[in-house]
Amino acid sequence: MPICALIIDDSSVMRKIVERSLRQAGLELTRVFEAGNGAEALVVLQTNPVDLILCDINMPVMDGLEFIKQLPGMANAKGVPVVMITTEGSESHVVEALSHGARGYIRKPFTPEQVKEHVVPVLGGKS
Amino acid sequence: MKSANELLAGSGSRETWTPLLETATREVFELMLGCQLAVNSTAEEPKPEVTAMVGLAGMLCGVLSVCCDDKAAALMTSKMLGAELGKVGAEVSDALGEVCNMVAGNFKNKIAGLAEGCLLSPPTVVTGSDYNLYSLAESPGLQISLLFEHMPIVITLQIHS
Repeated sequence: MPICALIIDDSSVMRKIVERSLRQAGLELTRVFEAGNGAEALVVLQTNPVDLILCDINMPVMDGLEFIKQLPGMANAKGVPVVMITTEGSESHVVEALSHGARGYIRKPFTPEQVKEHVVPVLGGKS
Repeated sequence: MKSANELLAGSGSRETWTPLLETATREVFELMLGCQLAVNSTAEEPKPEVTAMVGLAGMLCGVLSVCCDDKAAALMTSKMLGAELGKVGAEVSDALGEVCNMVAGNFKNKIAGLAEGCLLSPPTVVTGSDYNLYSLAESPGLQISLLFEHMPIVITLQIHS
């Protein structure tokens, strides 16, 4: 099933890599929204429903952990799986993200196969 | 909190960190750029035209840098984006910053205690070769030189404390 994804990372190059990895993982993407930080992502979600959110943790303005804490207030994000993608291997970051509703965690560097392993299960048949 | 010197002592020695830095670098290039780095058996150094730096703070304080010439930086960017070399432009600094960020993160995640006890700064990228870098580092840094598509790249970890 085609899906619409929101990719949040302060690096535009990394956003492109994540998008390419999703396509290489076999996901059919109808539309991909990009945001450079959590605040920009919340603006995107105000007017655009998405099926999947991939989010970096370390970002300026609003980081990934703050973004995920604010997600419950967004109607377009209700039930949408969030997978964190980050360089940080800190266990406390993982625990905090998961405790606020993140469904998975991918550490950079990653392969398209690792993206598939973490993303496909959380889509619940949408892929 | 352990100092960098205590960490160095506890994790073996500087000699054990250098291969970890090399492995961390090789993994980033293999997974994110789809290419293998080769040993640089020549004394060839890159023209320092693009230098990406990431600061480390916490149990280990220092700066990790990735240095290469313009051509290597453009080719890295092209491989990361899956774009033609001729179409790569403004993204070069972003790409090199990410490479440096991932090498730093991958390196610290390989050392017990550092994943949790050391934070990374956002990357800083210097372009152009007419500059001098002055460091107040208390110890000599770790440095490795590898070949990326036959072009030398240098990865340095300057340890401050």
